[in-house]
Amino acid sequence: MDSKSNVAMQTAEPLEEADNGSTNAATEEQASAPAVSATDNRADNDSRPPARVWLKTTGVRYLVRIMALVVAVVLWELASTNGFHFYINFDNIPAPSVVGVALVAELTGQEFYLHILHSLERVAIAYVMAVVIGVILGVAMGRSRWAEDIILPYIELLRPIPAVAWIPLAILMLPTEQSSIIFITFLGALFPVILNTVHGVEQTNSVLVRAARSLGASRTAILWHVVLPGAMPSIVAGLAIGMGVAWFSLLAGEIISGQYGIGYYTWNSYTLIQYPQIIIGMLTIGGLGTLCTLLVRKGCNPLLKWQAKGGRS
Amino acid sequence: MTDAPVNDNRLAVLDHSRSRAKSGKPGAERGRISVRDVDIVFDTVSGPHVAVQSANLTVRPGEFVCLLGPSGCGKSTLMNSIAGFVPPTRGDVTIDGEAVTEPGPDRGMVFQQHSLFPWKTVKENVAFGPLMAGAGQNEANGVARTFLSLVGLAAFENAYPNTLSGGMQQRVGIARALANYPSVLLMDEPFGALDAQTRIMMQENLLDIWREFRNTVVFVTHDIDEAVFLSDRIVVMSASPGRIIADIDVKLPRPREQALLTSPDFMTLKRQCLDLIRKETLNAFQQQNKAG
Repeated sequence: MDSKSNVAMQTAEPLEEADNGSTNAATEEQASAPAVSATDNRADNDSRPPARVWLKTTGVRYLVRIMALVVAVVLWELASTNGFHFYINFDNIPAPSVVGVALVAELTGQEFYLHILHSLERVAIAYVMAVVIGVILGVAMGRSRWAEDIILPYIELLRPIPAVAWIPLAILMLPTEQSSIIFITFLGALFPVILNTVHGVEQTNSVLVRAARSLGASRTAILWHVVLPGAMPSIVAGLAIGMGVAWFSLLAGEIISGQYGIGYYTWNSYTLIQYPQIIIGMLTIGGLGTLCTLLVRKGCNPLLKWQAKGGRS
Repeated sequence: MTDAPVNDNRLAVLDHSRSRAKSGKPGAERGRISVRDVDIVFDTVSGPHVAVQSANLTVRPGEFVCLLGPSGCGKSTLMNSIAGFVPPTRGDVTIDGEAVTEPGPDRGMVFQQHSLFPWKTVKENVAFGPLMAGAGQNEANGVARTFLSLVGLAAFENAYPNTLSGGMQQRVGIARALANYPSVLLMDEPFGALDAQTRIMMQENLLDIWREFRNTVVFVTHDIDEAVFLSDRIVVMSASPGRIIADIDVKLPRPREQALLTSPDFMTLKRQCLDLIRKETLNAFQQQNKAG
């Protein structure tokens, strides 16, 4: 049995421990790892701990998070029912129990869902436009100095302007209320997407570009197979941030609206002095924003599955 | 334990390699490298820096040549100009009579480390070259599998690179470079980041593969043992400006095995290289001291 004559030497070399964080610095840390046979395909192994361990670690952490929220609700309830007034005034703030009753009433009616649907539609349209335009502009800026020099001044100048400040111009420039609101939401989501895409594209690993060129890749192929996948973690972060910003820009935009939208609902409740509804509107925006951001992250996960497991994500 | 299946794979690979070989002259072997009067000068903030000076080098088809020298001596730069990444400031580089102007799949590159596409699986990495050459997905996958079994990593085709050890990653890198059936294989300190034991195994592994392919290999290293163990010829370079100062024939018998590392012939060659390198390193030190 002459092992030397066998080119296949998979049993000879220990594998590295998997927990090397999100960097792919695969140095030869071989101290503790035993030899692994070739049939033990690491990529297909799920490194998640068994259910019991999960409950003890992750389960406990979620419990702590829920408790943290519960504590806040209890304090709020006490402050409202006892009329807490020491600099901060809880006299006119409806207690969680009151808000809860109002929420049940809203959930049994139809209006509330119409508000949500209108807002979702606006965010969806604005967000898709922001993602498409933002990624295209971002890639162009990251790849071409000309594009960056032409586009960057606009971004630097326009980015700090808050969504509310756009309302007058949006009304003057755009034909319908709907388009004005979508424009304001779009602007909010656009900048984080562009800037993160630029950042990701500029971080392109030059060794990988050289490797691709020596393998016969064209410029387009390098963009597709090297630049974009390499920028993807940064782009995905931009998409998640953009989704959050879209929601709070939406609220500003919906101040314009005369009829529907969760931002309009919140604003209108204020003018009608319906305090529980204000809080319902606020929490709905927060909840929908969080949910949509979560969906974006989950939806983008397949694009990032190559990143090392075990890191914080 | 037999290695028959592996050999079958190799034969299939070689047949394919021959059928795809394209050469101007029928029957001529591919992979002749010619470097003539090459200077490579970089513009830096502190003025021009001569990385390579008056380099002349001819590598015969199927020859295994090591470029040996202290770090910073321009050996990687010289290899990068053969690869087509760095144009020579003066002189010319040709492969089989054709001037090198840009990188291409006829010259496979193996880099020091971390050069696999981390977002592609092992198989997708190796299949990339054939895909770029216009092969269909199925054909490219087939080629990838063949070359992965050649380097002993068939079982890891669906793994992502960052789940593999450094040595395994480099084997994937070699498979990826070979999957284009290059006439020249350029290797830039490919085992430099590996520990000593893994490095020796990788060297033996590389020689086994090369014995079947017999393509031209240019291997950059600063490790004298590695250079003597692997090559037919050692080209020794001096430090700044990088010049070729010696061209040593290595007439050790092949196939080579680890036992060779302690043989008298090996020691003689090693001492010869050591003396040259030591002189150059001292020179470099003195230059630095003068500069500083």
